Amino acid sequence: MKAAAAGYVRANDLSHAISLLAASEGQARVLAGGQSLIASLNLRLAGETALIDINGVTELCGIALDGDVLRIGALTRHRELATSDLVARHAPAISQAAPLIAHAAIRNRGTIGGSLAYADPAAELPACMIALDATIVVQGPAGRRGVRATDFFIDLFTTDLGEDEMIVAIEVPACAPGERQVTMELARRSGDYALAGIVLVRRENGARVAFFGVGPTAVLARAAMAVIDREGSPDEAAAVLDQDIQPLDDVHAPASVRLHLARVLLRRALNATLAAEVGHV
Amino acid sequence: MTINFGNPDRPNSYIGRTVPRPNARRLVEGRGRYVDDIVLPRMLHVAFVRSPHGHARILAIDTGAASAVPGVRRVFTGADIAEFCSPWVAVLAHLKGLKSAPQHPLAMERATWTGEAVVAVVADTRAAAEDGAALVEVEYETLPVVTDIRTALDETTPLIHSELGDNLAFRRLHEHGEVDAVFAGAHTVVEASFKTARHTGVCVEPRSILADYNPAEGQMTVYHSTQAPHMMQSVIAQHLDMPEGRVRVICGDVGGSYGIKVHVYPDEMATVAISRAMGRPVKFIADRIESFATDIHARDHEIDARIAVDGDGRILGIDVDDWTGIGPYSVYPRTSAIEGNQVVNLCGGPYDFAAYRARTTVVLQNKAPTCQYRAVGHPIAVAITEGLVDFAAEALGLDPVEMRRRNLIRDDAYPCTSPANMRFEGLSHHASLTKLLELMDYDGLRAEQAALREKGIHRGIGIASFIELTNPSPFMYGIGGARISAQDGCTVRMDPDGSVVAMSGVTEQGQGTEAMLSQIVAEAVGVPVTRVKVVTGDTQTTPYGGGTWASRGAGIGGEAALQAGLALKDSILTVAGSMLQCAPDGLDIVDGQVCDKAGGEARMPLEELGRIVYFRGDTLPKDLPRELVQTRHFITSDYPFAFTNGVQASYLEVDTETGFVKLLKHWCVEDCGRVINPQLVDEQIRGGIVQGLGGALFEECHYDEDGQLLNANMADYLVPMAAEMPDMVIGHVETPTQESLLGAKGAGEAGTAGAPAAVMNAVNDALRPLGGRVTQMPFTPARILASIGVE
Ligand SMILES: Cc1cc2nc3c(=O)[nH]c(=O)nc-3n(C[C@H](O)[C@H](O)[C@H](O)COP(=O)(O)OP(=O)(O)OC[C@H]3O[C@@H](n4cnc5c(N)ncnc54)[C@H](O)[C@@H]3O)c2cc1C
Repeated sequence: MKAAAAGYVRANDLSHAISLLAASEGQARVLAGGQSLIASLNLRLAGETALIDINGVTELCGIALDGDVLRIGALTRHRELATSDLVARHAPAISQAAPLIAHAAIRNRGTIGGSLAYADPAAELPACMIALDATIVVQGPAGRRGVRATDFFIDLFTTDLGEDEMIVAIEVPACAPGERQVTMELARRSGDYALAGIVLVRRENGARVAFFGVGPTAVLARAAMAVIDREGSPDEAAAVLDQDIQPLDDVHAPASVRLHLARVLLRRALNATLAAEVGHV
Repeated sequence: MTINFGNPDRPNSYIGRTVPRPNARRLVEGRGRYVDDIVLPRMLHVAFVRSPHGHARILAIDTGAASAVPGVRRVFTGADIAEFCSPWVAVLAHLKGLKSAPQHPLAMERATWTGEAVVAVVADTRAAAEDGAALVEVEYETLPVVTDIRTALDETTPLIHSELGDNLAFRRLHEHGEVDAVFAGAHTVVEASFKTARHTGVCVEPRSILADYNPAEGQMTVYHSTQAPHMMQSVIAQHLDMPEGRVRVICGDVGGSYGIKVHVYPDEMATVAISRAMGRPVKFIADRIESFATDIHARDHEIDARIAVDGDGRILGIDVDDWTGIGPYSVYPRTSAIEGNQVVNLCGGPYDFAAYRARTTVVLQNKAPTCQYRAVGHPIAVAITEGLVDFAAEALGLDPVEMRRRNLIRDDAYPCTSPANMRFEGLSHHASLTKLLELMDYDGLRAEQAALREKGIHRGIGIASFIELTNPSPFMYGIGGARISAQDGCTVRMDPDGSVVAMSGVTEQGQGTEAMLSQIVAEAVGVPVTRVKVVTGDTQTTPYGGGTWASRGAGIGGEAALQAGLALKDSILTVAGSMLQCAPDGLDIVDGQVCDKAGGEARMPLEELGRIVYFRGDTLPKDLPRELVQTRHFITSDYPFAFTNGVQASYLEVDTETGFVKLLKHWCVEDCGRVINPQLVDEQIRGGIVQGLGGALFEECHYDEDGQLLNANMADYLVPMAAEMPDMVIGHVETPTQESLLGAKGAGEAGTAGAPAAVMNAVNDALRPLGGRVTQMPFTPARILASIGVE
């Protein structure tokens, strides 16, 4: 299929981008890596929409450590996440997740801002944000605000982002000494969206476990976290997962299999954090 | 004429060597020319409005808004197209009882599967045509949908075509020997049910056609991504009511076909009819969703089968009940009964046994039509046979290799005829198995498997012997009344500079046909392979032929090329003998030079001979024949088909917690007779194996009960990809066919035929200690987990 005709504007800088977005009154979409948006345009799923290209907006680029917060610009490509030393040291869960996203050509273009805004329930990065308790920094004509990841992802492909807002950056609490992080997934083919995936973060003040691919959004597994925090065994934590996730049947697997795979992943991730010094598995 | 193939040092010894593919660089550099690259003056594009329902009556069509879209030139309904193109009914006389309903390019009163083309919108661009298509309003009344195979014939199931009386397209029962008695008296009988998933070919280049009707000449020129240009010429002429001679089909580069592009597609026929109606070139390129929903599907089979063995593991009988659903129409002109028919023909194929019964029941459904796809019926028959053989071995406590040793037809037993009435000229099951076991170090692998099992690692080894049907004679289609040539021809010409042009009726789909032809012609004539230019894919300039299907290109097209090349060599030497004042049979051509046969001494370059013949013919004797163009045709006649054989092995690991399968290694030893180009053959085997592995582990068209295709995209229809593919080791045994000088049989489908069964047997080998068994493809984590009672 061919995309329906759409307008295109290249934003010079952040304020330009935001004013274009506001002026479009909901008729335009931000174009980042285009790895989800262009596909939906070509399928004529996104309707006739104008594009605001933010690829030239330098304020959205770069990864920096600011005290104990790792700040990742919205335009950071998946490949940069996978290769950045800062990310490897301060957010190992993300650097483990990035190579699992799609294939090299897609990682070269796809951005973290695009992935979070798109909010695919099977995507790795939203789950990383939830498990890491990251803050999504968004900006619109009314100014800038930070949204906790757990409040950001509302439903299938639906976020807290206002029509006139865009993601500018992500703020992740930097990995503390002794903290362990693991990202794991089970995908049929390398690069596929996973049948189930997990991000496990073990901090001094408690464990955080997020799953992806097992429901309409990435989910924080609170019941399992409680079991882990009271030093329950991996099997015990896995046993309560049905309270946390309620997958649906689809062509790739019945719901029961996804739940089962999530349990396997939880056991494996917990065993890995017990065995390993740091997050790399 | 003989060629000493055994001597690799013979002159011009291209046959049997890997030579570079003449078209590889062009394609790699993006200089190929596919149908979509062709742009003609005044060309239009067509987009189709397709049925969103599995089965629906068309009540009304409103094209008003679509016609008003800027760039839209005309909108056609089924009735509009029917004025230019007659319907077809895909039956063949030799498939007794096969029935189907008349099919039009666009649906007439009813749409019968989701994706069936209903309205065609023609515009200046594809985008404008799609804009128009989005505005066409079709009013439907939905009708009951038939999706399930096993209940399709029940009294209470609605009929898809009421005029046919039932939903049965075809049924064939074949019986040989005292089946019931043999089963009743057997030491052991093992039963199993199998399912192979409906899947499709997924060509990199989708179906593509550009039809250009020139009213001033009454000439239809069709640029088509196809396997069978001459067949299409005939079909188009017949249904557009034109003389065959006024239809020219040109097939340039093709980005894969696998059987997908050997059929008549309604939307393509509509495109041709629209060009006829409008007198302008019209292009249709299927997009990926259209490809999934309307390319032929295949392999939608459900089978109950059993095997009877004696106490020593000798096979006494095989009994197969095969059911398949083919969609709402049998596909034109090859029909959709062939796949089921092949299952009947091929089950038990490698084995020496006496009692055989097989029945296939081919039913209609409201899903995309199915038809011949690479290795037609083979993966199904091999899975049934090899599954049963392994289960019988298990029941008797025999090693799967020993079980096969006791039952494979002896290598010295040929010629012979199978219980399915297939005639085998010469096969090498035992030699192939011996070579396979060596290549894979079977005993070492078994030891490794046992050691790892102690550690809770579940690996499996699966073996699958198979036969493959190649080089078909007219017994495949021609005797049933189809205008599909089993014969193929080649014209070979020497030009003044001593270079050679070969025009062949077989076609290049990306598999290397032109490389194969060029090396045969180079050897036959005696010129460097770089001096041979091969032309294929044009009904107006190549000899009449069948094209690419049933692994026939090398065995049939190659023999025609060899004979034509040798004939040209004779004519050249006749001229040379006259010029050099010596007997032609004392001369030879080596590397582009006429030379003495005995001493090898060079006498004259071919360009000198060319110069004299073409420009100074006055210096040659008046009555000297000087025909530097020769054509030969070849058709097989001693056997209906040239069967090949082979054996594959799969080594894999099952994660028994997740149900995931990791393919570790794959082996195939096969016997395609003379290997013309080892690299091309190995690539065919590897590519075929990959397609077989796709069927075993990944590929499945998911339809819901309403006949909606749920995974018509590359994210949800899982094709096998490089990262998951194992290393493959390929070996050969060569038993040339005596039907031709070349001795080549086909190799295009062997990989696909055997791989799914090898994987199935390996998965079951791995699951055996846990009591698991899977027989429904693809072997997904869900199915594997279910088999071992985990969630
Ligand atoms: C074949 C394939 C496989 C894939 N596999 C995976 C996978 O396994 N895992 C995975 O996570 N992803 C996968 N993806 C998706 C990929 O990661 C995308 O890059 C990502 O989802 C979107 O990022 P993008 O920069 O390309 O966004 P775009 O496609 O440009 O935009 C996506 C959406 O986000 C909006 N948007 C973009 N940036 C911003 C912003 N800064 N603020 C507000 N809104 C914004 C756009 O308007 C649009 O609605 C796959 C994609 C493909 C094509």
